[in-house]
Formats: sequence, structure tokens, C-alpha cells
Amino acid sequence: MAKILVFSEIQGDHVKAVSLEILGKLAGHNVEVAAFGKIPEKGVQDLATHGAAKVHSLSGNNLDQYSPEGYANALHSFIKENSYDMVFAGSTSLGKDLIPRLSATFNSGMASEVTNFVMDGDNFAGTRPLFAGKCYAKVEITGPKPHFVTVRPNALGLADAPTSGAGESAEATLDAGELRATIKEIIKGASEKLDLTEANIIVSGGRAMKNADNFKILDELANVIGATVGASRAAVDSGFAPHDMQVGQTGKTVSPSLYIACGISGAIQHLAGMRTSKVIVAINNDPEAPIFTKADYGIVGDLFKIVPLMTEEFKSLLG
Amino acid sequence: MKIFVCVKQVPDTETKITPKGDGTFIETNSIKWIMNPYDEFAVEQALLVKAANAGSTVTVVRVGGVKDTEALRTALAMGADDSILVEAEDNLDSYMTAKALKGAIEKSGNAPDLVLAGKQAIDDDCSQVPQLLAQMMNLPSVSVVVGFEQNGDTLTLKREVEGGAIEVYEVNKPCVVACNKGINTPRYASLPGIMKAKRKPLEKFSLADVGVTQEDQRIKYSEFKLPEEKPPGKKFDALEEDNQASIVKEVVGLLRTEAKVI
Repeated sequence: MAKILVFSEIQGDHVKAVSLEILGKLAGHNVEVAAFGKIPEKGVQDLATHGAAKVHSLSGNNLDQYSPEGYANALHSFIKENSYDMVFAGSTSLGKDLIPRLSATFNSGMASEVTNFVMDGDNFAGTRPLFAGKCYAKVEITGPKPHFVTVRPNALGLADAPTSGAGESAEATLDAGELRATIKEIIKGASEKLDLTEANIIVSGGRAMKNADNFKILDELANVIGATVGASRAAVDSGFAPHDMQVGQTGKTVSPSLYIACGISGAIQHLAGMRTSKVIVAINNDPEAPIFTKADYGIVGDLFKIVPLMTEEFKSLLG
Repeated sequence: MKIFVCVKQVPDTETKITPKGDGTFIETNSIKWIMNPYDEFAVEQALLVKAANAGSTVTVVRVGGVKDTEALRTALAMGADDSILVEAEDNLDSYMTAKALKGAIEKSGNAPDLVLAGKQAIDDDCSQVPQLLAQMMNLPSVSVVVGFEQNGDTLTLKREVEGGAIEVYEVNKPCVVACNKGINTPRYASLPGIMKAKRKPLEKFSLADVGVTQEDQRIKYSEFKLPEEKPPGKKFDALEEDNQASIVKEVVGLLRTEAKVI
């Protein structure tokens, strides 16, 4: 039976939820988890609950902080030592940077950002969006093992009734090797909220927001429902919001449970980036706006009236 | 400095994608091809570095189909000096593409001081090639770069990560830099630039020339299909002020009771 590693990332006192989503999908397989740093107790518990047989905390010189080469070198030896056949990771900022480099240290193949997959015995078959979600294809990996897969956060969802694993804690000390590109400083983002790619709820604004200041009304709604704020390309190009907030083909592709599009007409590039959201609400004063073709709930009206009303309504519902 | 820029030719973002009948890829007959938008930032950055380092040259390298050469022409018209095309299918996987780029750069006979690329191609969205290429060429790499400063041999690079946070890297050249929107504002090709581009060198290789065989395939795609269409949703007319509050109340209620997302 294939020996599988899920590479995880520590986030505060737990681990990133995408690791748990992946574990849920691998029920019945021999799955271990590893992350750099000391995995907190809550993280180990969650991983065990979702099926991890063993949970490895990885450390070593120059491994306290991420570096593409250091993490790739260290994981290379860890994977080799433990003879994993497959390695899964979240398609996070770190995963997207690290896993390709790591796969190349083995001359192995990698399937990027799958939104679903099945393991038929030891054979992996994934589904992934291409052209920013305008179409989908089945993806399989050939060539030397281990095979690498990154999974889009929020796409699989958590298992309703996960099969638990032993969750035995282990530690490994690894060598980072020679580092040429290293982080000198980390500048915190303006937002303490979950990144768009990991957010469960997104409130997004388009050109009709008119200016950067008006995004305040989206922030207020977002605060009430625990959402992250996004923007369309039109809003970003008009200078209303920074590029890291952009949803769409030249921005981020997202799949939250709830996406509230405010004053976004729904260009093909935007729709591609958010159409996999589970539920879409669109607010726009143009009844013909293409966004309504993808919306589960469309409200034709002035967003400057509707959004504050919605904030109040959610307040009384959730308060 | 010897600067290489890896570019990909992709369908225009306006393109409506149609899977082929047999599901092996998409229909490419009537596609308008453009340079991958993220690669424009890489080309611009190469030209900025060239301008700041006298005697530098910029070579653009592309692996892909030959139906159109829009991507290379655009890069040359923007100001790149010469170009290399490795002729291949348009849906080559990331591993083969990276290996072909490495082979082409080596074939050029010049050791790179800097390799630039877009952070991802907007066709297969894999975000793999710059990092694969760096590992294959034994070079350091920094991806999703939104800030680029050069001080002699040392580059200070700003990498954008989750939540808009920035990791500031220091790295000595040679290295691979994968560019994101925000790093610069790509110039438009001028008319003289477009005319000049026609006379700039284009070297062509086959995959075999650059040492890539079918054995290098790592990813197999099949069953290309369109996403499932959602059934039409509910639409409420709240243009009149007097019914806005009640409609908002209804929709919020439905989000809890029907959609169960709140």
C-alpha cells in the first residue's frame, strides 16, 4: 500500500485546515503528516482526528524560517528516509513555491492545485481547473516516485465523519543545506484576516464601488460575517484596492462557501476566478449584468443601499 | 549582464474555452494568442535591469506551438534583443517545459546572470516552471515577486504571500525571479519597436535539440470538460427603496435556511 505524506503548515495554535481536508480524502490509506516547527497539541489532535497515523515535527539549523532551498533540501532527505510514495500539500503561498522545487529534486511529477482527487488503490487521479476554471481536466502523474500533489484550500471540504488515526508524535532533525535565497524581513499585510484563497466567506467589490474609501462598507459587512474582502480587476486597476485582493484570471482563484459580489458586472475573467464558490450572492444595479447568471441569489439594486442593510440584517441574525 | 526571460503564449483572457470532442485538450483553431500577462512583467523587469547595467542583453525564450509567435514578437517589440523558440505542443507539461527552457538557455552558450519569468501561466495555472527551472539549473529562486532592487550582485526581492504580507529576500545573482503584477508597469511596444522586432534574431530548436524526450513527461491530462452549469438562481428587484429592507431580510434568511452558509 502506498505510503503517503501530507506536508502541513502550522498556523497559530493549530495547522492549516487544508491538511485536514486532504487527510479526510485519504481515509483508509497509510498517511503521515509533517510540518516545520513544533506542531501544537491542538494541531496534532486535529490531524489524528482526521486520520494521521504519525505526526512529524521537523526542525534543524536554518529551518526556523522558510527558505525555498532549505525546506526543499530538508524535505528531500526526510521523504527519502521514510520512502513516501506520494506527497500532498496545500496549494498555499508556501506550497506553491516549495513543492515544485521539491519535486524537481526527485525529477518527479507534480499535479498543481487539484480541486478533487481519488486514490484508486495506489493510483492517484485528480481533477483540476485550467484557464482559471473555464474548464476542468483529469490529471494523472507518471514517472519516478514520489509523486507530488497540491490541493486548493476549501475545495475538498472537511470530512463529515472522519476516520481517526493513531496520531503518534515524532520529531526529526534535518539539514537545510546551502541557502542562497533567504528572508531578511517580513512585512505584515494590512489584514489579519484569512487570505482570499483560504477564506470561507468573501465580500468583493467592483468598479461600482467608485473609490477606495467606499470599500469601508464592505469591510463593515465582512467584519460582521467573518469574511475577507476581495476586489475585481476593474476595481484594482482603478486603484480602489491592492492587487493581492484581486479575484479572477490574473488574480486569485477562490472557492469560498459564500461569495458576495458587490457592484461587479462579472467579466469572464472574474467569473472564472470565483465560479466554484458554493453560494454566490450578487448585488448590482444593472439587471443584465453577467454576474447574475452565476448568482444563486441576485439582488438588483444600489449596492450603497443594499450592503449597509445587509450588514444590519446579519448583525441581528448573528448577534 | 546576460538576462533570459521565459515567456509563454496563452489564449487571450477573453477567450471562451471549448474542450475538444475527444477531451484531449481544448480547441485551439480560432484562439487569439497573447503573451502570458505575468510574463509581460518579466520582460519589463529585464528591460529595466538592462537599462541599469550597461552592456546587458535580454534573450526571450519560449517553448510551445508555432501557430503564432505573438509572445516572442511582443517581447522583441518591447525591446528584448533576441529570441529562442523551442517548437513543441501547446500543452506540454511543466517538467518538460522547464527542461526544454534549461536546454535552450544552455544551447545559447551564455551563462545567465538573471532568469526572469511570470509567476504563473494563465492557461494551465500550474505555477511550477520557474521553481523547476531553478532547481534543474541549480539556481536559487524567489517567486511571486512584487518588488525588485539591484545593488551590484545582490538583489532584494519582495515576495507577496497570504494576506498581502511581504517576505523580503536577499539573493545574489545568478538566480531565477518569478514576477507578479505590481513589480512594474509593462511598457507598450512602440511602432519603431515593432518594426525593429522583425529584424531581430530568432533561433529555433526542436525538443530533441534541447534534450527533451517523451520519457520526460510527468503529467497526463484527459477528459477536458466545461464546468457544470449551476441551475439559475433567485433574482430580486430591489431598485425601489421601499422594498429593499424586506428583500435583504429575505435573502439573508435564505442564506441561513436554504443555502445554510451562515
